[in-house]
Amino acid sequence: MRTMLGRTLREVSAALKQGQITPTELCQKCLSLIKKTKFLNAYITVSEEVALKQAEESEKRYKNGQSLGDLDGIPVAVKDNFSTSGIETTCASNMLKGYIPPYNATVVQKLLDQGALLMGKTNLDEFAMGSGSTDGVFGPVKNPWSYSKQYREKRKQNPHSKNEDSDWLITGGSSGGSAAAVSAFTCYAALGSDTGGSTRNPAAHCGLVGFKPSYGLVSRHGLIPLVNSMDVPGILTRCVDDAAIVLGALAGPDPKDSTTVHDPINKPFMLPSLADVSKLCIGIPKEYLVPELSSEVQSLWSKAADLFESEGAKVLEVSLPHTSYSIVCYHVLCTSEVASNMARFDGLQYGHRCDIDVSTEAMYAATRREGFNDVVRGRILSGNFFLLKENYENYFVKAQKVRRLIANDFVNAFNSGVDVLLTPTTLSEAVPYLEFIKEDNRTRSAQDDIFTQAVNMAGLPAVSIPVALSNQGLPIGLQFIGRAFCDQQLLTVAKWFEKQVQFPVIQLQELMDDCSAVLENEKLASVSLKQ
Amino acid sequence: MWSRLVSLGLRAPVGGRQGFTSKVDPQGSGRITAQVIEHLERLALVDFGSREAVARLEKAIAFADRLRAVDTDGVEPMESVLEDRCLYLRSDNVVEGNCADELLQNSHRVVEEYFVAPPGNISLPKLDGQEPFRHS
Repeated sequence: MRTMLGRTLREVSAALKQGQITPTELCQKCLSLIKKTKFLNAYITVSEEVALKQAEESEKRYKNGQSLGDLDGIPVAVKDNFSTSGIETTCASNMLKGYIPPYNATVVQKLLDQGALLMGKTNLDEFAMGSGSTDGVFGPVKNPWSYSKQYREKRKQNPHSKNEDSDWLITGGSSGGSAAAVSAFTCYAALGSDTGGSTRNPAAHCGLVGFKPSYGLVSRHGLIPLVNSMDVPGILTRCVDDAAIVLGALAGPDPKDSTTVHDPINKPFMLPSLADVSKLCIGIPKEYLVPELSSEVQSLWSKAADLFESEGAKVLEVSLPHTSYSIVCYHVLCTSEVASNMARFDGLQYGHRCDIDVSTEAMYAATRREGFNDVVRGRILSGNFFLLKENYENYFVKAQKVRRLIANDFVNAFNSGVDVLLTPTTLSEAVPYLEFIKEDNRTRSAQDDIFTQAVNMAGLPAVSIPVALSNQGLPIGLQFIGRAFCDQQLLTVAKWFEKQVQFPVIQLQELMDDCSAVLENEKLASVSLKQ
Repeated sequence: MWSRLVSLGLRAPVGGRQGFTSKVDPQGSGRITAQVIEHLERLALVDFGSREAVARLEKAIAFADRLRAVDTDGVEPMESVLEDRCLYLRSDNVVEGNCADELLQNSHRVVEEYFVAPPGNISLPKLDGQEPFRHS
């Protein structure tokens, strides 16, 4: 019998209704586990008092038989680039250290309105720029699987492994903190953001379901923007059903976000159990078979396709001809929009402000130099380059045209009768931090986002599902991509697939016992953090 | 035109435009000139800070240059994936506000109800002595 923290949302919700556990007890269990797993560095802020107060109110509601729904009393975490009223929101940057938003992001408000308990704000790459959750000012996030029994047992067989803790693995990014928080059972669901794969990438590396909704389905109001035309809030959970429950709470038009769609969307997101997949057509984009893809991921991808076929689905090879240009196009559009979005940080109304008072320009320049790290500054400068008068047509507008071609590729694929596309999420399983930092952020992002960013450019829904463990005992995920606003159908297929593959639960008992030993190692091994 | 998604609004970067015309190597793959570096630093109000940063920009540009190989004749630029839809506009009624105090709290320098800014209209001087990196 799984412990309470390892159960699904629906199971815990039922347990709360039946009085098997109270919201306060649940909250305290999670808070205690957060303390024990502090070395993962998943949380930037733990909102203990807020959570306990919310738990108290939830308890009252349960006592009166007036629970708000499936999310009432459920501990959740939120990535630290979502504004939370009264709770520090930093985007893992010096620019916003100490910044306390006066309002809640719409998605945060919706979770709170459903009675969810906000455990804290999770760690990320600075301003969500990165694919490792290694470049924030609060330090990198560690993948809980580094401490799993599954991984450690495989490593014991490896004669090269020495100091266990210095070889810890990255979570992927940029929503690594959210992924680590859910993966380590400190909460049942977490919000991430997804601009180029930032929810799906860490989900794949941490063995979670990482869902990216269709652009326009979920409000971006309060999500500190990176790329306005591609950002969406993402959902990280341990199973598809949980993601659907959260989506049900979050989806819908928002008068404060004019890019949300006002069509009557099929709510609530109750997922039917697919009895059979014989009416389904799965598309396999051939251009996604790249030489850099690890043989293990490729093998799982192939097995997944075979699985669908053996169960009666039609499995077709499709072509997305502009795939090889997708990451380049993304790079140009992303840096350009970033250059614009980061212009608001000038130290005047909020955020960090330097001491220089000579002139506004000098003040802005110094504030921004002090507030932003290399990665952010690099993207701002690149973006400004592409937006220069003499470059605008050749780079920015050109990229916008290529974007249309990429979006059309998907439309054509779906028009050929395909319901859902099946692709890898990442090139390989999670790598050790020391390995990851050998290349710079831009290079890594270009490599790691390769399967995920095209989806953001087309605005489609996509989900990463954990499939199996690698030879090293680490999670590998595969990605499903759906038609625009067919999120429910996508999740239905994903749910069926999840049931077939039966991905193992992470075994972290050792982590609980060893965590004091790990903390000792922490002090000894000095891993230099990039500035 | 105004029914297009205005949230994209690519604002002019802080610092305004300079009357500067620098000719970038049309091939795009050449070295970034000192003029371009200075121009970008003024536009972005963010400095390169090191030679590595300039090298990284050059790599980024070289990477972006791959787009030239794509034939985009007759293709319209795509600004938003929701371009086929009408933007929802809410009615022009005031429904919230009166939160000046809350907003002022987040600023470091405030006088009564004003955000205090240093004097404007002073262009950024040539950076000297402030950082070690010198443009070649």
